[in-house]
Amino acid sequence: MKVTGAQAVIECLKKENVEVVFGYPGGAVLTLYDELYLSDFPHILPKHEQGAIHAADGYARATGKVGVCIATSGPGATNLITGIATAYMDSIPIVIITGQVAVSLIGRDSFQEADIRGITTPITKHNYFIKDAKDLPKAMKEAFYIARTGRPGPVLVDISKNVFAAELEFEYPETINLRGYRPVYDGDPEAIDAVYSELLKAEKPLFFVGGGVTLSDTSDIMRKIVAYSGIPTVTSLMGLGCIAEDDPNYFGMIGMHGTYAGNLSTTETDLLIGLGVRFDDRVTGLLNEFADKAKIIHFDIDAAEVNKNVRSHIKVIGNLQWSLDKLYAKMTERPSSEWTGQFRPWRDKMTAWMNEKPLVYNTDSERILPQAVIEKISEITQGNAVIVTDVGQHQMWTAQFYQFKQPRAFLTSGGLGTMGYGLPAAMGAQVGVSGKKVICICGDGGFMMSCQELMAIADLNLPLKIIILNNSYLGMVAQWQRTFYNQHYAHSCIKTKTDFVKLSEAMGVPAIRLEKKEELKTVLEKVIASEGPFLVDIRIPEDEDVLPMVPSGARLDQMIMGG
Amino acid sequence: MKHTLAVLVENKPGVLTHISGLISRRAFNIESIAAGYTEEPDMTRITIVVEADDEYVLEQVVNQLSKLIDVIKIIDLTGQDRVHRELALIKVTATPETRADILNIVEIFRAHVVDVNKETVIVQLTGEERKIDAMCELLEDYGIREIVRTGRIAICRGPVSAKEV
Ligand SMILES: Cc1ncc(C[n+]2csc(CCOP(=O)(O)OP(=O)(O)O)c2C)c(N)n1
Ligand SMILES: [Mg+2]
Repeated sequence: MKVTGAQAVIECLKKENVEVVFGYPGGAVLTLYDELYLSDFPHILPKHEQGAIHAADGYARATGKVGVCIATSGPGATNLITGIATAYMDSIPIVIITGQVAVSLIGRDSFQEADIRGITTPITKHNYFIKDAKDLPKAMKEAFYIARTGRPGPVLVDISKNVFAAELEFEYPETINLRGYRPVYDGDPEAIDAVYSELLKAEKPLFFVGGGVTLSDTSDIMRKIVAYSGIPTVTSLMGLGCIAEDDPNYFGMIGMHGTYAGNLSTTETDLLIGLGVRFDDRVTGLLNEFADKAKIIHFDIDAAEVNKNVRSHIKVIGNLQWSLDKLYAKMTERPSSEWTGQFRPWRDKMTAWMNEKPLVYNTDSERILPQAVIEKISEITQGNAVIVTDVGQHQMWTAQFYQFKQPRAFLTSGGLGTMGYGLPAAMGAQVGVSGKKVICICGDGGFMMSCQELMAIADLNLPLKIIILNNSYLGMVAQWQRTFYNQHYAHSCIKTKTDFVKLSEAMGVPAIRLEKKEELKTVLEKVIASEGPFLVDIRIPEDEDVLPMVPSGARLDQMIMGG
Repeated sequence: MKHTLAVLVENKPGVLTHISGLISRRAFNIESIAAGYTEEPDMTRITIVVEADDEYVLEQVVNQLSKLIDVIKIIDLTGQDRVHRELALIKVTATPETRADILNIVEIFRAHVVDVNKETVIVQLTGEERKIDAMCELLEDYGIREIVRTGRIAICRGPVSAKEV
């Protein structure tokens, strides 16, 4: 079949079952856009390329499918950088198509030329530059394959403008032949045996569950293992929702703002089993003393993660679908009661810690406290909404106080910590899971970094709810300044004349300001039940801290406590 | 400890920048890196000499490089029975008075003179790094104007090729 490059791109998207793309047109992709027009391919137009890439990311996180994003050359492409880096850090599968100047103009600093391949090399799983139309189908096939297999990640395909118009004989490859890319699926069964014998010896084992469990969709089998063995379990920020919050074996998130019981358990455990985690510095605290009484077992699909930060005694490389199935099968060789009996004293100890110092806040406050807002939202949605956050204090309060029941229900920029992520990611998520309630929780700072997307949300009439926890500060920055910088609030006060309610209404999203504590419940109920998009600007105190807090570089049991 | 890695990569544009970028970003201690065509037209072989304090550093270097899609295979040649060589071109000041002495040194090292003019000679030497260092030290007395070195390349002895290991 003879087609143009632009038609070929669309054909590839169809072959990959892409339902929708998020993009922004411009000179280098005009031919492609003409074809989108002619083929009536579903396309969403955010108001900024950064919005497009975060939306594709939110779509991918919420659905588990590959997100697709399109931008033009030069500034269009460079506007994607933050979003690509965000997706790369959290291993999110996205295929990014960028236009590039025509081949004849490459390398001459031509109008809107940027070396996007060079720029994105360290923040993509892989990237391509297509100068010849005949290379398109193979590159697209590989891009989707690489993005979603193994450890997922963003893949960029940069396509010269003339390629879109050039003709080629279209044939979508059936198979992939990449000599240097063989994602591991099945690991070494002996490693599972080794894990089993360590478990038999352990008194205080701890499962530490991360985003890899979400990405590999193995939360079900993970839950089975936890229930069967009674092994206490904690998660990273990215692992939230993999274990239901009301599971008696679950002790919350660990790390800088982790739970008392969770953090303390890492210093006491004698066998820490990390599953799909990176041992990021926000989670380990002082690295040398992280879990220093424990043997460490690391399950991961990416061999390069093992021994990168924390030294492991046993590594189980492979897809968690393989390894967790195997582990479960192996563990059922011994009756559940023997496992749970073996670990009961340890679990009881952790439960005692949890009861001694649960996550608390001042419920007597006259004001609306952010923690109360999150608890209310959690109650109203019964833990079943898809919650998207921006970055800052509100993100940590959400992680602490929302009772997540399911994986893929908490979308947040963990690795990169990207302000401005929340609103567009929530938009993408809502597009992907149109039947579900999606709630975006933002700070007043980060909201302004992407607030242009209110316009897109209004025009698409997405039923998304936006909650601004408005403390008039870059709250997380202010908290550090309060704690470590002598209350020098250097440029973190963002008290403003801007009226978020009017701003929102001007952009087409109905909105309300909420200040009175007694109105919290009724307003939230009404808003969450409403049909279209809605924004609530909730005024919270300026100086509320996220606690507990482990100062950076301290051991995890060195927590500043609240309450 | 020094490790010699043979890195087989797809012969595609951008691979070298990717590899060198990764190495510098992750602060791996690289002593030399040499790339060139191989027996297969679509494969490039890069020899990397890396200084790794312990096995974990080496494991990271190998695993991080292996992750790159265009890296086909990495073989650690350290400890294997192998031959390794480097080539150096050295431009030395050579006056009529010193030229004979220089040629003498060249002879002893089994190097070659590949260019002569009134002021200088260019000496070409292949060998292990130590040998090149030693000759450079001797030639220093005469005034070295320029040195170019290729960095180490290495190959295993015996009939088996690296890609089959
Ligand atoms: C793009 C970007 N710039 C700067 C930061 C640093 N930073 C982290 S949290 C934060 C404050 C966020 O303020 P706000 O959005 O109001 O949320 P709050 O902490 O008040 O809940 C800042 C500036 C960041 N994470 N991302
Ligand atoms: Mg704020």
